[in-house]
Amino acid sequence: MASLAVPRVDAWNRPHLLGLQELSVDEILTVLDLAAELRRRYRAGETKFDALKGVTVGNLFFEPSTRTRTSFSLAAKRLSADTVDFSAAGSSLSKGETFLDTARNIEAMGVTLMVVRHSTSGAPHWLSRHLQASVLNAGDGTHEHPTQALLDMFTIREHAGRIAGLTVVLVGDILHSRVARSNIWGLTKLGARVIVCGPSTLIPPHIERLGVEVSYNLDEVLPAADCVNLLRIQAERQRSAFFPSIYEYAHFFAMNGARVRRAKPEVLILAPGPINRGVELTPEVADGSRSVILDQVTNGLFVRMACLLLCHQARGSRGGVP
Amino acid sequence: MKPALLRGGRVIDPANGVDAIADLLILNGRIGEIGWNLSPAGGDVYDCEGKIVCPGFIDLHVGVRDPGFEEDETTATATAAALAGGFTAIASLPDTAPVVDNRAAAEYVILQAARAGNCRVYPLGAVTRGNAGQELADLGQLADGGAVAFTDAKKPLQSAEILRRALEYARMFRRPIFTHPQDAALTAGGVMHEGYYSTLLGLRGMPAAAEEIMVSRDIALAELTGGRVHLMCLSTKGAVEAVRRAKGKASLSTAGQRNSSLVTADVAVHNLLLTDAALQTYDAHCKVNPPFRSEDHVRALIEGLQDGTLDAISSDHQPSAAEKTSRELDVVPFGIVGLETVLPLCVRALIEPGHVKWPQLIALLTSGPARVLELGERGTLSLGVEADVTVIDPQARWTIDPQCFRSKSRNTPFGGWTVQGRVEWVFVGGDLRFRANG
Repeated sequence: MASLAVPRVDAWNRPHLLGLQELSVDEILTVLDLAAELRRRYRAGETKFDALKGVTVGNLFFEPSTRTRTSFSLAAKRLSADTVDFSAAGSSLSKGETFLDTARNIEAMGVTLMVVRHSTSGAPHWLSRHLQASVLNAGDGTHEHPTQALLDMFTIREHAGRIAGLTVVLVGDILHSRVARSNIWGLTKLGARVIVCGPSTLIPPHIERLGVEVSYNLDEVLPAADCVNLLRIQAERQRSAFFPSIYEYAHFFAMNGARVRRAKPEVLILAPGPINRGVELTPEVADGSRSVILDQVTNGLFVRMACLLLCHQARGSRGGVP
Repeated sequence: MKPALLRGGRVIDPANGVDAIADLLILNGRIGEIGWNLSPAGGDVYDCEGKIVCPGFIDLHVGVRDPGFEEDETTATATAAALAGGFTAIASLPDTAPVVDNRAAAEYVILQAARAGNCRVYPLGAVTRGNAGQELADLGQLADGGAVAFTDAKKPLQSAEILRRALEYARMFRRPIFTHPQDAALTAGGVMHEGYYSTLLGLRGMPAAAEEIMVSRDIALAELTGGRVHLMCLSTKGAVEAVRRAKGKASLSTAGQRNSSLVTADVAVHNLLLTDAALQTYDAHCKVNPPFRSEDHVRALIEGLQDGTLDAISSDHQPSAAEKTSRELDVVPFGIVGLETVLPLCVRALIEPGHVKWPQLIALLTSGPARVLELGERGTLSLGVEADVTVIDPQARWTIDPQCFRSKSRNTPFGGWTVQGRVEWVFVGGDLRFRANG
């Protein structure tokens, strides 16, 4: 097992990772650089580090998740942490216990790094004020999903060599997307031009004040795009009259072969997943040469290892085994 | 009953246009005399120099929660909180369990108030059975049982037809309908004002239009039926403008007569102080309904108070036990406790910035709400009326500590605020029921 000296970076002294809104450019780059270092060493054969030996990471998922949960869990294991998984179904929550009591109980068992996903926006922020443990936001309601945006940026930087100056189009349900908000914060801080594109019902009011441009016409913006990030469309939004039908949505906003050809030859196609083939993108695009969707998943692991390491390190002497 | 002499205070009685330094003598539980160098007539003397002597405050709609939700509040704690806030009378919302939709329930409210022996409590009856919005409650029986107005509390009446009939029917008993003007479909799942901050925070918004639509509808129905509608807790610019137009029209058509407006409205004091930016903390105590709006709406509310468009300020007291508020924002109930902080928050929002002067503020807390409920001799210091009197120290500075509340609940975003203006003494029917630090 390889030992890992995490660079003691002054640029990071946060015990919690709650969102990209509050992160500085230096803090974002610190995560991305550490993730790159971890991936380089992994590829050189160092598949496990002892940096979090004796530390327990709790995965508290109050909302279903496959990718993010597995990714965090594996990231913790590669750092030699013990992990404990908690999901809302079949837990004390179904017996009426509150979210906070559940988290406090898990903390009382010695969990010092808590990965939290919750359907209520702000839930991890609120929790972080009531716990000694570090809270890492794995997606809160329709607010932020910081590690997803960090891995998106990592993937873009890896393929395009930079982020500043790129044009990134976020397509789809911006209103309900935590991935969109985190990407907007991160990408604009790093100097990208961000265009949000989707049906007008799914673009929230005042979004321009976050420093993005708004378009309702994907075909029009594609020629300028260096990256296209296809956000998931949830079928139930149709029933709430956000758009008339999946068929109509796909007609205007699905990424298909013809639309890829409208874009630059080196365009990158990203999707946070889970993807609906035929809705946000066609199979030929998902599996095509411009798709970096599976790279995103791979990179997510290193980004989450970096986040766990940095938050743990910033804890210093805070808390521990009760 | 022992007389009481309130000596040397600034006596403000908006209903009678009084604002002067004077003595006020309470005799046999009534306002005996207002003048200079009065004799205490063998009673206690209260030194009111530097203080304001005014009618007891009246709150138009208070969540008392008794019966059914005694974990939040009881009649005893709500009325004790009311006294501490300077209120001598409150109207209690009917959204209890069971709902106050029948005569027995209204009489229970009055019985509980008598048992508590603090301030006066006027029951508000339900408009619809079970506050379910489907069929009319027994409005006449409720009126007989003491209900002073009808409302479905925080459940907005969605059926224009039901509201129309309620307005027509309640007219027989000279009772207004209190509405919570909000389109339920436009606000479903919402937790805050829809605007920049709801986008930023990823929280479901409640657009201003949801209120403005219903305010316009309610005004139209009042004009159609001749029934009186009172709009609770206005929070938007468009709503204030609609009420201003309606009142302007009414005063034209009744020119020369006593202005008997069919439409009245109040505002919750917290909507004058905080904006949607407060939600950035995701603090459950910032989740109120109607929500904290943006600054342009707050400005419009203040203008509505200045020019008389809005008739009253309410606390919109909505107590919730700690176990209900110590939760993630989506599942926390709306509302905050307000009775004990109304006065200093009014000072902060209106007096300190110079938006209104003391007599106008006192009117919004006394004669204004009394007129909405047609409470006759309440909300004034007219000679001979029962002496409901509040004495204020307008200069006293103190820090709001929710742990010291008389209310059973502590859900307020104002804990820790250092504020100015404190209630010193409160008399109900000439009886001293509250004194600060005692």
